[in-house]
Amino acid sequence: MAAEELKTGPLEYRTQEGQMGIMGFWIFLGAEVVLFATLFATYAVLYGRTADAPVPGELFEPGIVLIMTFLLLTSSFTCGLAIHEMRRGSVKGLTIWMSITLALGLGFLGFEIYEFVHYAHLGATMQSSAFWSAFFTLAGTHGLHVTLGIGWAILLLIQIRKRGLTNVTSRKFFIISLYWHFLDVIWIFIFTSVYLIGMVL
Amino acid sequence: MHITDILVTGEPIIYGAMVSMVLVGIALLFLLTYFKKWGWLWREWLTTVDHKKIGVMYILSALLMLFRGGVDAMMMRVQLAFPDLGFLNSQHYNEIFTTHGTIMIIFMAMPFLIGLMNIIVPLQIGARDFAFPYLNALSFWSFFFGMALFNISFVIGGAPDAGWTSYTPLSGAAMSPGPGQNFYLMGLQLSGIGTLATGINLMVTILKMRAPGMKLFHMPIFTWSTLVTSFIIVFAFPILTVALALLTLDRIFGSQFFTLTGEGMPMMWANLFWMWGHPEVYIVILPAFGIFSEVIATFAKKRLFGYNVMVWSMIVIALLSFLVWVHHFFTMGAGAFVNSIFSISTMLIAVPTGVKIFNWLATLYKSKIEFTVPMMWSLAFIPSFILGGVTGVMLGMAAADYQFHNSYFLIAHFHYVLIAGTVFACFAGLTFWYPKMFGHKMNERIGKWAFWLFFFGFHVCFFPQYFLGLDGMPRRLFITNVAEWLPLNVISTVGAFGMGLGFMVFVYNVYYSFRYSERETTGDSWNGNGRTLEWATTTPVPYYNFATVPYVDEIDPYLRMKEEGKTTYEESELKPIHMPSYTAQPILFMALLGLASFGLVFEWMYVAIFGLIGGVIMMIVRSFDYDDGYYVPVDEIKRTEKKARGL
Ligand code: HEM
Ligand SMILES: [Cu+2]
Repeated sequence: MAAEELKTGPLEYRTQEGQMGIMGFWIFLGAEVVLFATLFATYAVLYGRTADAPVPGELFEPGIVLIMTFLLLTSSFTCGLAIHEMRRGSVKGLTIWMSITLALGLGFLGFEIYEFVHYAHLGATMQSSAFWSAFFTLAGTHGLHVTLGIGWAILLLIQIRKRGLTNVTSRKFFIISLYWHFLDVIWIFIFTSVYLIGMVL
Repeated sequence: MHITDILVTGEPIIYGAMVSMVLVGIALLFLLTYFKKWGWLWREWLTTVDHKKIGVMYILSALLMLFRGGVDAMMMRVQLAFPDLGFLNSQHYNEIFTTHGTIMIIFMAMPFLIGLMNIIVPLQIGARDFAFPYLNALSFWSFFFGMALFNISFVIGGAPDAGWTSYTPLSGAAMSPGPGQNFYLMGLQLSGIGTLATGINLMVTILKMRAPGMKLFHMPIFTWSTLVTSFIIVFAFPILTVALALLTLDRIFGSQFFTLTGEGMPMMWANLFWMWGHPEVYIVILPAFGIFSEVIATFAKKRLFGYNVMVWSMIVIALLSFLVWVHHFFTMGAGAFVNSIFSISTMLIAVPTGVKIFNWLATLYKSKIEFTVPMMWSLAFIPSFILGGVTGVMLGMAAADYQFHNSYFLIAHFHYVLIAGTVFACFAGLTFWYPKMFGHKMNERIGKWAFWLFFFGFHVCFFPQYFLGLDGMPRRLFITNVAEWLPLNVISTVGAFGMGLGFMVFVYNVYYSFRYSERETTGDSWNGNGRTLEWATTTPVPYYNFATVPYVDEIDPYLRMKEEGKTTYEESELKPIHMPSYTAQPILFMALLGLASFGLVFEWMYVAIFGLIGGVIMMIVRSFDYDDGYYVPVDEIKRTEKKARGL
């Protein structure tokens, strides 16, 4: 709990509290990697165990998944721009780019929900077979993370309007940017090892 | 399940438990009201973020759980010694071995050790609190409500009965309908969140908040063991989180991960469970190693032999602990190749473990040992644990394990490592650091009684079980009236009651010492033998721990400080100290999540959703909370320190 404050460097790293918060979040992301790795492993083990339900090759469509990927990857880029603006000390730039990020994230979610509902209509649900349980859980966990991230970022946008850029608010934004990029990385793995492989095999 | 038939009925023992729980509850409410202690309880404890107080609450809960788990154990032992008595029926027996195992590992061993870490680690590294005090309180309450949820299962709704390993398909919805198994899932999930958070918290605390000058390889060995344990927690617990979540989805939402229908894969549970489960057993043994190392160095009055090797062996053990999980199901039929690989990795763990044993012995070699109670627990640990380790290696031989697996031989193995390792360490550590926590020592004479009773009871109880196992007695069996097994079972039960007695004497000692022990006047309680920074603080420890944090550039820094007459109070260097404020958020937050979990247990979705929304609101409240603590003024520090140091 040192209260000394550095005079230079990014705001979020100036206090020990800020540094510890960021380090703690990195470790948390390490735990998240294990969490998703377990889900991926589960998915791999249950791959092909579709029972009477449709097989993934019948349902997965490249179009919609490509749009989702495009939305999420772009949102990661705009999130990076938001942090860049934050480092330049521009609340306005941060707010704008972050809002765009969220809009893209919402778009991604919208398509994901549509996709899930669509599959359900075609007879593939959480309950229909081990494979589909694993699929919905893996993709759904990622989607849930995106949802939480959106809600969280909205709270931060409210805070930055009230408080401006301080050690604390910039730490919070920096951390959520780490989170957002992390979700992007996870999505790349889902895109390749779930959708691409699912469409080919 | 309907709200009117959730009470468990028809078992006299359970009625007895209900009545005594209600009576104890009423007595507590009465005492708190009579002595007007509600405000004190709320302000000083329930809303605290002080790591020392949180640690005390952890330890108290763990002792309570040791009692509950112990009662379960006694009941099983009575049944096994007198199988014809019909004391327990098979269902009740299943429930009891399930709750016994789960409680002892998740709600006794881990919280006990985490409690000791809470209190001691910041003191050992010269920190004033955890990196994230709020999160620390959150962790405690998540454990607490998880524990409460799991423990009420036997009176409300029915206890889980599929073993602490909860293997599918037995634990799935088809074969275990009703709330019992859900209690297991939700109780563990809730407390698991807290454990993960504690792991992160301790890691950041240790990496970022050490005294100036203190390098990693200057850290006390208990702090090292905590750091390594935190790594295991961070990388193992998410696996449990996922496993529990998948089984919850199966049971409540009809997915097909571990089912026999829909091409589910029941054996995947065993894999996931033990990918967490084996690291878990090292989560509860590494801190124990740390405690023994501290105690042995202190009372052998020597620097720990081979400090560096001790650290590296822990790191190697931690890495290997992730690579051996299959040894828990060699008999599942993975084939000779896979079994051989895991057999070898399993036996490899014995190497760094053996290294540690020799280092303890070398520390003791030619030293002037002082036989205090913590030292006696530590000395008893060494030979006892060796028996557990050697039989572990026997189990690790895949071919031989076809004979030992799921027999009493296995039961004896893990009780030899868990009791002689973890439980002895908890007693050693608690007695050792007791004066730091409460300002007086535990009575040594009564402590020795407790030790000898527990020590002999332990060996009498579990040594025969190796032979019962070799004679073919399987675990988790409630009718054991085979003539050859009976004598050893009776002996074992006698030993179990010896341990029970030892525990009771230990608890009595808490009361006795509170009444009669001399109050401590110095911070260096064990005849001035303290070596590390926790002994440099005054007793009782001020809430900010260190008025001034000393510069540290060696192992056992307090020895030199004593020589040079330095303390943790250098008047010229005083500055205001920044401290976090107490808050009611953690307890409320976790109470709401506890409610949500309770709703899920009974599949009352409205309750679950209500609790979850409450939890989200608490997160929002936290996000908007910009309270960043307060400063302790220099005057107040001076006053506190002068009083504590008798200046
Ligand atoms: C030299 C080190 C060790 C070796 C080689 C070893 C080996 C084994 C093996 C092979 C098994 C499975 C046997 C079977 O199911 O047939 C086992 C079970 C077990 N071990 Fe160890 N072990 C060691 C140390 C420990 C330690 C330090 C602990 C905990 C503090 C521990 C706790 C357990 C538990 C709880 C089980 C049984 C769990 C169950 O099936 O319910 N072991 N051990
Ligand atoms: Cu193991």
